Amino acid sequence: MSTNIWIWIAALLTLAIYSFLYKDNIVYKIAEYLLVGVSIGYSIAITWYNVVIAKMVVPIRDQHNFLIIIPILIGMFMFARFSKKHGWLSKIPISFVIGWGAGVAIPLQFETSIVEHVKNTIAIPWFGGNILLLVNAIIIFIGVIATLIYFYFSTPHKGVIGKVANLGIWYIMIAFGASFGYTVMARISLFIDRAQFLLHDWLGLIH
Amino acid sequence: MNFWIRISDLDRRWIYLLMAVAIILPFFVNITIPIRISPPTQALYTYIDTLSPDSGPILISFDYDPSTQGELTPMAIALLRHAFSKNLHVITMSLYPTGIGIAENITSDIAKEYNKIEGRDYVVMPYAPGYQAVILSIGEDIKNTFATDYYGNRTDTLSCLNGVKNFEQIPIAISISGSSTPYAWITYGYTKYGEKIGVGTTAVSATSYYPYLRTKQVAGMLGGLKGAAEYETLIRKFYHTKGRSMATIGMNSQSMAHIIMIILIILGNISYFAIRKQNKRSA
Repeated sequence: MSTNIWIWIAALLTLAIYSFLYKDNIVYKIAEYLLVGVSIGYSIAITWYNVVIAKMVVPIRDQHNFLIIIPILIGMFMFARFSKKHGWLSKIPISFVIGWGAGVAIPLQFETSIVEHVKNTIAIPWFGGNILLLVNAIIIFIGVIATLIYFYFSTPHKGVIGKVANLGIWYIMIAFGASFGYTVMARISLFIDRAQFLLHDWLGLIH
Repeated sequence: MNFWIRISDLDRRWIYLLMAVAIILPFFVNITIPIRISPPTQALYTYIDTLSPDSGPILISFDYDPSTQGELTPMAIALLRHAFSKNLHVITMSLYPTGIGIAENITSDIAKEYNKIEGRDYVVMPYAPGYQAVILSIGEDIKNTFATDYYGNRTDTLSCLNGVKNFEQIPIAISISGSSTPYAWITYGYTKYGEKIGVGTTAVSATSYYPYLRTKQVAGMLGGLKGAAEYETLIRKFYHTKGRSMATIGMNSQSMAHIIMIILIILGNISYFAIRKQNKRSA
């Protein structure tokens, strides 16, 4: 059994959280509020030292980089939202963020998520003679078309369009099934981790 | 009929108990379920395995917080053990303020196993805000992005980063994450700078990244605890790594829980249809 106080605290908090599975109770609530409080406090501390001190105070104080005051001031305008009179000032940093974000992100995201994938779906290479990979590529091609048609609502889903849309539903259901299977695995993995922590790190019952 | 009604009315706490037993019991039973290596895991392993100490440092970004540690930490440990076994230099960092502590903890622990020294063999970077900006900035100049390391040493004095300016000298960046940050690495790292990207992700998110594997925008992927167990299997087989293989140990429990889950789904469905049939007859 562990003699480390922090392992004991973590173990007892883990049990406190799992007590919710029996029913909601005060011990669970305390652990829950503690988690939220500690997470926020920790994030604020990290941000304070790594952003406010490292990126704002140090450059001005130690490197005499006074130009940095301009972006700092623009950033501070975000807090103007708390004032009815000066709230309009917050639009300046927001416009910078949106302008920069749109300019940088849109072309790159378009290429990453649309162009590359459309190219890869249209061009069915021979895959060096591997017939299974070719079949796989054809299945994906049909799936993309069928799923897109399912989400095309400008034409009634009747006749050929209806049949292809139905095929799209099958593809979507298979995707949901795969996602659900993976989700089950993910949730169980989290419990496995906690069980290992309790049995190995805390109680020392397993190796 | 009474049996099926009882099944459908079963208090869910019995199911929790059953799952807990199914997960805990395999820890005490010595059974080994063979682990087959999936192509995405093999691809990531093979790529890292082809690197040499002269290839430049690999970058591992711990883009997660304690809520997904259970799945992602075994991956991070396995990747670090592989890198240190091959004497590769490693840069670790996090795009999450709550992930930087995890990154430092794990990196320094595994480094001790291999007698690696901070600054010479590996470097832990501090948290920097704005993940898109951070990735883009590394693409220009990593020492400008992180003027100091996690411990406050100037990055331009660290021998681990000698000759390293940007992604051109970093053969692969691996994002370990339970959120969409690997997507940011693909968008800003791969598309903008052509950087090889590896992904380690939670099982929930794994399906989202398969399309990127197909387009080769992602070099390889570890999906959930299974991906981590596969990687542990590979490094144990080829590098005889020591230390606890958390994911592999957990896979027996995982399999047992899946069997219980499948049985419960089948029982639940039979119960549903049996009761429906009975109700129709009564009507």
